[in-house]
Amino acid sequence: MSDPTGSGGIEGQPGRNLPPLRLHVPEPPARPGESADFTHFDIPAADAAPRPDEAAQPDAMRDMAYGLIRVLDEDGAAVGAWNPKLPPETLLRMLRTMALTRAFDARMFRAQRQGKTSFYMKSTGEEAVSIGAALALSRDDMCFPSYRQQGILLARDWPLVDMMNQIYSNKGDRLKGRQLPIMYSARDAGFFSISGNLTTQYPQAVGWAMASAARGDTRIAATWCGEGSTAEGDFHSACTFASVYRAPVIMNVVNNQWAISSFSGFAGAESTTFAARAVGYGIAGLRVDGNDILAVYAATRWAADRARSNAGPTLIEHFTYRVEGHSTSDDPTAYRSAEESSLWPLGDPIARLKAHCIGLGIWDEDRHAAMDKELAELVRDAAREAEKNGILGHGLHHPMESMFEDVFEEMPRHLKEQQQQMLDEWKAAGL
Amino acid sequence: MNMIQAINSAMDVMMERDPTVVVMGEDVGFFGGVFRATAGLQAKYGKNRVFDTPITECGIIGVAVGMGAYGLRPVPEIQFADYIYPALDQLVSEAARLRYRSAGEFIAPMTVRSPFGGGIFGGQTHSQSPEGIFTHCSGIKTVIPSTPYDAKGLLIAAIEDNDPTLFFEPKRIYNGPFDGHYDTPATSWAGHADAQVPTGYYRIPLGKARIARAGDALTVLCYGTMVHVVENVVATLGIDAEIVDLRSLVPLDIDTIEASVKKTGRCLIVHEATRTSGFGAELLAQVQERCFYHLEAPIERVTGFDTPYPHSLEWAYFPGPVRIREAINKIMKD
Repeated sequence: MSDPTGSGGIEGQPGRNLPPLRLHVPEPPARPGESADFTHFDIPAADAAPRPDEAAQPDAMRDMAYGLIRVLDEDGAAVGAWNPKLPPETLLRMLRTMALTRAFDARMFRAQRQGKTSFYMKSTGEEAVSIGAALALSRDDMCFPSYRQQGILLARDWPLVDMMNQIYSNKGDRLKGRQLPIMYSARDAGFFSISGNLTTQYPQAVGWAMASAARGDTRIAATWCGEGSTAEGDFHSACTFASVYRAPVIMNVVNNQWAISSFSGFAGAESTTFAARAVGYGIAGLRVDGNDILAVYAATRWAADRARSNAGPTLIEHFTYRVEGHSTSDDPTAYRSAEESSLWPLGDPIARLKAHCIGLGIWDEDRHAAMDKELAELVRDAAREAEKNGILGHGLHHPMESMFEDVFEEMPRHLKEQQQQMLDEWKAAGL
Repeated sequence: MNMIQAINSAMDVMMERDPTVVVMGEDVGFFGGVFRATAGLQAKYGKNRVFDTPITECGIIGVAVGMGAYGLRPVPEIQFADYIYPALDQLVSEAARLRYRSAGEFIAPMTVRSPFGGGIFGGQTHSQSPEGIFTHCSGIKTVIPSTPYDAKGLLIAAIEDNDPTLFFEPKRIYNGPFDGHYDTPATSWAGHADAQVPTGYYRIPLGKARIARAGDALTVLCYGTMVHVVENVVATLGIDAEIVDLRSLVPLDIDTIEASVKKTGRCLIVHEATRTSGFGAELLAQVQERCFYHLEAPIERVTGFDTPYPHSLEWAYFPGPVRIREAINKIMKD
């Protein structure tokens, strides 16, 4: 038997007097049927995190990448240096937008199960991440989201029917039925066209921010990706560019613990935090309780002020949990403990803000129940309106020849020919 | 002007005319590019419009997509086409499809300049011709000049175009035309008719081929460096060939190709890129579809071989005079 290593290190053969090497393959704490255990999570007190000056040097705040910015404590009180001290109307707007997002998700998930569309992705448990950020940004700041930030559109009052038309790929879909459901594009909402290719939006956001800076504009960019896709090269290219040019950009990593069935350990979570990626690039890194919308808001506001004052980019890790499956095509019971979401130590973002508002005396259970009912009716009515424009696979789509439009600004000769050939074939077939 | 000067002039003219044009890439700023294509631009237009980048092709093109979405008109340089692969995802999944997927809400106007092709003893990492990878992808244009005059006019048209465009520069002919004889002294563009380049603005529309030589006996389809190699072989053989310089592969000037092959009845395709699934295969298919009843002989291809680009055996790999002459003789003997 040959020894390709030349070290005699083949099992069963005498080798050098060295211990055998071992490959480490990460394994999540719990699999289906096992008990979830989050006792190893180090959750600091809600008022523990210091709040550095927005213009501070990144090397003076490295600890922020390993801590956890929180505002809402276990009793629902807003505490500590990061408390944004928001007025009641903003708190209730946050609560309503999160509840609306959850109601929207529930309705559209059901629509997929009813066969009205091919695909849907819920953001359950992560509503605070996108809505807290969107409300802390200016409306004309440019967002380069991933696929679980529908909350941005709802926070920016984008019409539900427009989103649903896209989900149904119907004749009212402004994107002409070209994109997988939920891959929205809404230029007027400062919401960049979503790609399915992971983290491609990261360098794009940095490029947009660099352009804004180069032109002496005042708008900044923000982008989102999951913890799993921080492994993509684009993430690191973007961090390098952002650092080199001190781009006015906020880079959000939504650490929801799961990338389909791969737990965060496969993206490096066993070794460090995702916020700590910032340390190596010499940019500000914040780690935030992603289920605490006041913390998300405060951290985003801090990063936006920093960017706007030419003090550079910020990487924010939002520590949260993906309560539902990755998408309608996924079954999380097949790979993770069913107990996890109920035992998640940072709770539920809606329940936490609700408790805070009730504690302030500006909200109560009755009003909350009434709001949930109202929002369910709102999305139901919007869905009925959108369904008038058709549902996927029921004929009410854009005309066939539209397939060839927008590949280029002007349709070149070869596409005109292919378009005509397709129409001729269908005509000949009597269709 | 030589081709480098013409390319530099095109960027200069466009930066002067359009304040949204920005030039970016490795070593393009203060230094002016490893081939000097961007020399003087940073001094003239400032660091906000001409800047060096980190060494990440994925990042360069990703950033250019974002800049295009903002409203700028980036002209990123990829230092060698061999290094474009890390940017493949940003080019074919993002830039090329942004207009389509957003139904025109967002566009990615950009012109990606990149020196390509061999004949310079560049080995397998400075010699490749990846154009066929991109012509296979929807939504991106591919342009390849063969003269200084064309390089400037085509580059201006590409920068003005609102679709993402790859502008592959045949680096073997940056400083002078190349007849395929590597063992003779290099020639310069000086005194060459196609090196008479106006200093001001002019454009050559994308998708229009150039008849480099008119003839009746045979049609040769080629682009870039190969135009000059073919011209030399045709002159040596004394054959009345029509040489069609494609200039742009997407969009393709199929009308000029079709008219020429129907006139001559014979067709040779020459490119330096590897053979299998190369752009020549597409050309061959289209000529066969459109001109089958006019053909007097099988269509022939002379291409790079389906191997990595060799170093010491470069001139056996390169589609040089010997291989082109043999192919022409084969086509003409029937």
